[in-house]
Amino acid sequence: MKSGNWKPWALLAPSLSAVFFLLVIPVCFIVVYSFWLRAPSGADIPAFQFGNYAKFFEDFFYPKILIRTIRISFETVIVCVIMGYIPAYYFYRSQSRYKKAFLLLIMLPFWVSFIIRTMSWINIMGDTGLINHFLLKIGLIQSPISMLYNEFTVLMGLIMYLLPFMVLNIYVSLEGIDKSLLEAARCMGCTEWQAFREVTLPLSLPGVSAGCLLVFVLTAGTYLPPMILGGPSNDMIANLIFKRVIGTLDWPFGSAISVILLSLLFVIVWTYNRYLGINQIFKSFQGN
Amino acid sequence: MKRSSPGWTLIRIYTFLVYVFMFAPIIVVIVLAFNPKQFGIFPMEGVSFRWFVKLAQNESIIDAFQNSLILGSLTAVISTGIGILAAMAFIRFEFPGKNTLNTVLLSPIMIPEVVLGVALLLFLRWLQQPKSFALLLIGHVVLTLPYVLLIVQARLVGIKKEYEEAAKSLGANAFQTFRDVTFPLLLPAILAGALFSFTISFDDITATLFWATAQNQTVPVKIFSMLRNSISPEINALGAVMIVLTIATPLLAGYLSRKFSKVKD
Repeated sequence: MKSGNWKPWALLAPSLSAVFFLLVIPVCFIVVYSFWLRAPSGADIPAFQFGNYAKFFEDFFYPKILIRTIRISFETVIVCVIMGYIPAYYFYRSQSRYKKAFLLLIMLPFWVSFIIRTMSWINIMGDTGLINHFLLKIGLIQSPISMLYNEFTVLMGLIMYLLPFMVLNIYVSLEGIDKSLLEAARCMGCTEWQAFREVTLPLSLPGVSAGCLLVFVLTAGTYLPPMILGGPSNDMIANLIFKRVIGTLDWPFGSAISVILLSLLFVIVWTYNRYLGINQIFKSFQGN
Repeated sequence: MKRSSPGWTLIRIYTFLVYVFMFAPIIVVIVLAFNPKQFGIFPMEGVSFRWFVKLAQNESIIDAFQNSLILGSLTAVISTGIGILAAMAFIRFEFPGKNTLNTVLLSPIMIPEVVLGVALLLFLRWLQQPKSFALLLIGHVVLTLPYVLLIVQARLVGIKKEYEEAAKSLGANAFQTFRDVTFPLLLPAILAGALFSFTISFDDITATLFWATAQNQTVPVKIFSMLRNSISPEINALGAVMIVLTIATPLLAGYLSRKFSKVKD
């Protein structure tokens, strides 16, 4: 062993202990707590039983929320790919002087408070909001349409939040494509569209899939958009956890739901990593 | 692609529409902040600063702003500080388990904030500690550390090890080398990391809802509780202030760092 091998450990000590004590141990606590019992008095009783998990799968109420969470996550991923690919491609091919500025601009919402971006959909889609005001003014409708508090508005909030992640991931992988490959394809007689389909698109797929994973994981754990833009029937799993823990103070059950959510994400991330490698995700944060 | 081809035009229009989608809510908040009406949203009836005045007189909001600023600054300092050390270890040293540990330190990005919120609160409950400002601070450090690490690591990879070795061979000790060679070269990334963690902390809502108490509310938590009633012009005004602040800070920092580096040349 070389002398000085202690140095990296000294440098890592603060971060590692922060993450160990504030993340690893607390998450272990969730797992332990999920097996505990809750007394009728509200006290938590140490135990090892699967009652909390059984309660979750007892009838359709809770599994339906889990399935809704997965469905909304998929919907968000798909819409983000559709909405995000073309702008990313535009940034990649554009020769405009302002290209950098455009790209920075799409990152701008990152800096704008999540809760403000989310609640602003009420300004736009509320009964006296922008869309209703416009439709009334041009005479298309006689009375305001009620558009808020359903799955569609939740989806709007989610897309607004997650689209920049997708664009950034796709853009980073497009930018990494060797441009001479495209020129070669064009020289050999490919049309623009063929060159895109045969060269650019396949080579950008790592970025697309990284974006998909990130968007899926972030959606599945999301709390705010369903809370602000959804109705009672649009709750996602995170809302359920919040209600059980902060609302009814049912820590053991809340912990069990958290473990279920974590397991779902773990399976997805693990599968992804097994076949595609997780590192692509982190590239997008380092790009700039 | 030819810039004038119909396909390219379609791509431009599409991109433009995505921008409209992304920015409409932000612009609408800023415009509506000047809405003089108390009830209803549109149509606007003139321009007024009354909600800004009302904000400035609202003590609980001023308090929340103070809390958010202090919390954001402390989070930025701590997580950038420990993030730099960890990044040095990962980029400049070889040791067993390096990749695994790197993944562990980055994992808070992938763990839902709700779970993090419950977990930390549960741990605190077990320790029989009350919620406090310290809880918010350590929680935010964990939330922001991965971003600092990613940004600083990326920059550190690009700084040649030879510079540091040259300084060492000229007789500088490890601390002097870091202070006089590595740190100045790393400065842009350090500023970016600090800024990023400040903004994340300043804007965080989900985990903060678990950790905040009535005494140490942050601005987003305040907005959240105001939204319980309904959306009001006051919220839009507060939103506008937040937007201007969070956008102006990075722009200002970018400007200052450019100016700063010019002076040094």
